[in-house]
Amino acid sequence: MAIIDDVQKISDTVWELPVTYKDGMRVPARVVATEKLVREMDEAVYQQISNVATLPGITRYALCMPDGHSGYGFPIGGVAAMDVHEGGVISPGGIGFDINCGMRLVITNLTLDDVQPRLKEIVDLLFQRVPAGVGSHGFLKISRDEFREIVEQGARWCVEHDYGWDEDLEVTEESGCISGADAAKISDRAIDRGYNQVGTLGSGNHYLEVQIARPEDVRDKDLAAKFGITIPNQIVIMFHCGSRGFGHQVATDYLQVFLKVMESKYGIKILDRELACAPFESPEGRDYFAAMKCGLNMSFANRQVILHRIREVFSEVFGRSAQDLGLRMIYDVAHNTAKLEKHDVDGKERKLLVHRKGATRAFGPGHEEVAPRYRDIGQPVIIGGSMETGSYLLVGTSSGAQTFFSTAHGSGRTMSRTKARKQWNGKQLQRDLEARGIYIRSTSWAGLAEEAGAAYKDIDEVIEATELAGISKPVARFTPIGNVKG
Amino acid sequence: MPYDYLEDIGTADIAFEATGRDLPELFTAAADATMNVMIDNLEAIEPRETRRIALKNDAIDMLLFDFLQELIYFKDADCLLLRIREVQIAEKEDAYSLNATAAGEPLDPARHHQRADVKAVTLHDFRVEKTDGEWKASVLLDI
Repeated sequence: MAIIDDVQKISDTVWELPVTYKDGMRVPARVVATEKLVREMDEAVYQQISNVATLPGITRYALCMPDGHSGYGFPIGGVAAMDVHEGGVISPGGIGFDINCGMRLVITNLTLDDVQPRLKEIVDLLFQRVPAGVGSHGFLKISRDEFREIVEQGARWCVEHDYGWDEDLEVTEESGCISGADAAKISDRAIDRGYNQVGTLGSGNHYLEVQIARPEDVRDKDLAAKFGITIPNQIVIMFHCGSRGFGHQVATDYLQVFLKVMESKYGIKILDRELACAPFESPEGRDYFAAMKCGLNMSFANRQVILHRIREVFSEVFGRSAQDLGLRMIYDVAHNTAKLEKHDVDGKERKLLVHRKGATRAFGPGHEEVAPRYRDIGQPVIIGGSMETGSYLLVGTSSGAQTFFSTAHGSGRTMSRTKARKQWNGKQLQRDLEARGIYIRSTSWAGLAEEAGAAYKDIDEVIEATELAGISKPVARFTPIGNVKG
Repeated sequence: MPYDYLEDIGTADIAFEATGRDLPELFTAAADATMNVMIDNLEAIEPRETRRIALKNDAIDMLLFDFLQELIYFKDADCLLLRIREVQIAEKEDAYSLNATAAGEPLDPARHHQRADVKAVTLHDFRVEKTDGEWKASVLLDI
């Protein structure tokens, strides 16, 4: 892997492909990363991000975050802001099939000393209560009509049905329910695929982890204290999952809708069918936006129900209430979305549809869309690393305008699943990690091998890149001790 | 095995190439390649339930796209793992029609060795082509 010849270095953390690189590029393509990370990126990232730069309405740059790697349509880590008043498009390939795949972080008032003796019991019980793996179904028995309510009401439905606390909604992006979700825009197949899956983790890179905040890994004590991270070796719980089969079907349905109308009705030509799109201000674009919001809400609901299960498990193991154990949510972020946002572009406020695919929104302090509780410090950002290394809590910064206030979402892979699987043995990996103090339960040995830490970029390098680029600021690093893998 | 997984395409996803002497063979191979991403030991899937699949499409590649999506649909909706028993594909008036019978059973974690859930079939470099008398499909599955 190497930096391709046409890439120009703009600064230590910004690398640009000019519009002359490829016919049809409307704006330059930029990768935000350190030189080391840029050198590690696969060449397909440049092809994909320069394809994104050809989409109608794209504003300023097509961007790729430091954890970027090749995907389909957009690269993973891709960010593109479309001006909806200038023919800007909406594209499922810029969001991903797993709409609102995201992260949730929960603190406790427990320490490593409290949890270590019960770790296996906790992880085993979490593994039982939070179903993972291929096509798994959740414990929530609801009708298709109730599921339609869920996709319109998101985590709010869950809290109203006693699967959570009111304060959980205050610390969820969009308060756990994005407005404008319309279940009438959803196919029956999407409902069929999703209504049994609320409260399930999925598989691949989805996980639920028990982690510790070591005192030496708290990077900003004042900020950490604002999140309640104040005790040495405090236990936190982090999990990563999305909208399951429901979101996947919504994206699949509209990909096909857009392929039919894109060129014939709207005269849009694209370089990759995974970039199928329609003008945002079109019936098809509007329908997908309303359907995609249902995917967002399903995902918020999914993570809300999983949080409920986590609280039950800890409460059962320790014989104390979840309130007593301080199982409070820090935040819930989405990293596969398109959102209408106001951004300043060359001194003028513009309404942009910001696609983030494997990228996290990271508004700085004072921004009106940051939850009131965190408005003075910036939007919390949760970045999950591999199961072997560590994860981070960060905050958005005022200097993030260059990426439309977006930052990384994970460590980013460097090796394909197929290659990783040949290189490692899942059972052996589990034993090795247990010897290193990380207890893992997984539905799949092969899946575990595919998630080996060495298949990922160095999380610390990714975080450093986001800090150097000024797009987010680290608060604390967390080390895994227990992991449920899908 | 009439399919191979590719190491250098789709870092976070899984790509495969399937082949067949004719379209039914190709579609059967692509279906097994998709199911084999999810379940390591395909031979452990017992044919206890059947599903009929009937599809039409103007384009042969999109017919395969729809066909693989059916397997993913039944996996989520019914938790059902399926293998293709019979498939017929006809071309009439510029459109392809497919009729297939799939058989399988609900996932049993004790017997079926899981690998990774397939979220969707992507259109990334998605191809169905005939070269030198053999049909070939290139598919990237979203994981």
